[in-house]
Amino acid sequence: MTDAAIGTIKLNASDELESPARRALLRLFKRKGAVVGLVVIAAFVLLAVFAPLISPYEPTATSWSLVRKPPSALHWFGTDDLGRDILARIIYGARASLLAGAISVGIALSIGVPLGLLSGYRGGFIDALISRMTDAMLACPFLILAIALAAFLGPSLGNAMIAIGISATPIFVRLTRGQVMNVKVEDYVEAARAMGNPRWRIALFHILPNIMPALLVQATLSAAAAIIAEAALSFLGLGQQPPAPSWGSMLNAAQRFLTNAPWMAVWPGLAIFLVVLSFNLVGDGLRDALDPRER
Amino acid sequence: MLNFLGQRILQLIPTLFFVSILIFSLQHLLPGDPALVMAGEERDPAVIEQIRQQYKLDQPIPIQYAYWVKGVLSGDLGESLRIKVPVLKLIAQKLPVTMQVASMAIVIAFLIGIPAGIISAVKKGTAWDYGANLFALWGISTPNFWLGIMLIFLFSVELGWLPASGYVPLSENWRASLASTIMPAFVLGNAIAAVLMRHTRNAMLQVLESDYVRTARAKGLSERSVILKHAMRNALTPVITLGALELGTLLSGAVLTEQIFSIPGFGKLIVDAVFNRDYAVVQGVVLTTATIYITLNLIADIAYVLVNPRLRA
Repeated sequence: MTDAAIGTIKLNASDELESPARRALLRLFKRKGAVVGLVVIAAFVLLAVFAPLISPYEPTATSWSLVRKPPSALHWFGTDDLGRDILARIIYGARASLLAGAISVGIALSIGVPLGLLSGYRGGFIDALISRMTDAMLACPFLILAIALAAFLGPSLGNAMIAIGISATPIFVRLTRGQVMNVKVEDYVEAARAMGNPRWRIALFHILPNIMPALLVQATLSAAAAIIAEAALSFLGLGQQPPAPSWGSMLNAAQRFLTNAPWMAVWPGLAIFLVVLSFNLVGDGLRDALDPRER
Repeated sequence: MLNFLGQRILQLIPTLFFVSILIFSLQHLLPGDPALVMAGEERDPAVIEQIRQQYKLDQPIPIQYAYWVKGVLSGDLGESLRIKVPVLKLIAQKLPVTMQVASMAIVIAFLIGIPAGIISAVKKGTAWDYGANLFALWGISTPNFWLGIMLIFLFSVELGWLPASGYVPLSENWRASLASTIMPAFVLGNAIAAVLMRHTRNAMLQVLESDYVRTARAKGLSERSVILKHAMRNALTPVITLGALELGTLLSGAVLTEQIFSIPGFGKLIVDAVFNRDYAVVQGVVLTTATIYITLNLIADIAYVLVNPRLRA
C-alpha cells in the first residue's frame, strides 16, 4: 500500500515538473528583465492596494502655504500648484493607471477572443464579416480612436477604460483568428471532432487552451499600451477627473509650471515610464519563454 | 499582379463601409439628445435647430447615415460648429503642418532605427546588441508627451536653445521652421525608431543565417561587403514596407505631441475639437486618418509584392 502511495506521489511530482506551464514559468524566471518587470509591477500593485496605509498625506489635501515646494524631507517628491503632496498623488495615481491597464485589457479580451474564435473556427461569411470589421477598426489609429470614443462617451475614468478597451479589441480578434487557423488543422482537433464533440466544445476546450500563450503575451503588451493611453486621455482631460489623482493629469498640470517647478513633471512621467517598461519587459520575457523553439 | 491588385482593392470596399459605420455611430454614443449635447452650454434654439438640420436628426438612423455618407462622398464632412468653417477645409489647412513634422520624424526614425538594428544583429550578444535593445525598450516605453515635456525643460527652459512651443511655416523661414519642429519630430521619431530597430534586427538575423550569405562569405568577400551588399539589401525591403505601417503610430503620437508643442496641425485639431465639443471635426479627423492609413497600407502591400519576385506571379 505504501509503495503504491509513494508511486502516485512520484508520478504526480514528475507530472508537475513536465507541465508546459511550469517549464515556461521557470524559463521566464531565468530572464532578468522579466523578473525585474514583475517585481516593479508587484510593487506598484502593492502601492495601489495599500495606498491609504503607505501614503504620507491625503492625495487631495491642498495647502496654500505649501504651493510648489521643491522636494524636501517632509515632501519627498515636492508639492504641486495647489500645495498637494506629489508622492501621495503618485501612490494614489497608481490605482487609476493599473485599473485602466487591467480593465481595458479585460474588455478587449472578452470581446476580441470570442469574436476571433468564431471567425477563425466557423470561417465563411461570418469570418469575412468579422475580418472586415476588424480591418475597419485597425484602420483608425489606436489612440485617435480611443480619444474619439472617449470624447463622445464623455470624460470619466470609466469611459476612458471602455474607450481604450474597445480600441484595443481588434488586435485580439486578429490574433485569436490567426492562431485558431493554425491550430484547427492539428491532429488533436481532428481527433476531437472525430469523437463527436460539438463545435463549441472543441473551440473552448481544445483550441482555446492551445492559443493561450499567444494571448497572454499580447495581453501583457496591450496592458502597457493601455496604461500609456489612460495617461494620455487623462492628460487631455478625458480620463480621471480632478481632483482625483492620475499620472496623466498631473503631467498636464506640470507643463504649465515647467520653469519654476520642474519636479512636478519628473515624477508622474517616471512612474508611467517604469510601469509601462515593466509590462513590456514581462511581455517580451513571456514571448521568449513561451516560444516552443526556445525549449 | 493585376489580379492581386483588383482583389486587394475590392477588399477595401467592405472595410471602408465599416469604417464609415464606425465613425457615423460615434455621434450616437453621445448621452441623451445629440443635438442638445452638441449645442453646448448655451443651448441656443437656433443652434440646436441647425444641428438637427445638419445631422438630419429628425430622420430614422439609416436615412441619417445615407445623408452622411452622401455628404462624405461628395467631400462634405460637415461644418465646424464653433468656427463655422467646413471640416474638409480645416483638415486641408492642418494636414501639411503635421506632414512636415511627420516626415522629419520618419527621417529621424530611419537614421536611428536601421543602423541600430543592423549593428545589434551583426554584433549579436555583445554590449552593442545589449545597448541597442535597451534603446528600443526605452523608445517603446517612454510616453511621448512626457519625453516632449522633458525636452522642453532641457532645451528651452534650461539651455534656451530651441523655442518651447509654436510653429513657423517652412515657406516663411526654414531655419526657424526647423527649430520649431525638431523637438516634436524627435519625440515622434524616437518611438518609431525603436520599432524599426526591432524589425531590422530580426530581419538581419534571419538573412545572416541564409545560404547566400554563407556563399558570399565562402567566396572570400570581406565581412563589410557581405553585410552591406548582400545581407542589408535583402533584409531592409520588408523593414521599409513595415515602416509605412508605422504611420498609425505617427498620427496617434501627433495628437499629444502637437498639443504639447502647440503645433497647429492635425493632432491639435482633434484635441481642440474634443475640448470644444466640435463633433463633426472629430469625426472628420478620424475618417481622414483611417483613409490615409488604408491607402498607405495598400501602397505598402503593392510595394511588397513588387520588390518580392516570389510573390509576383
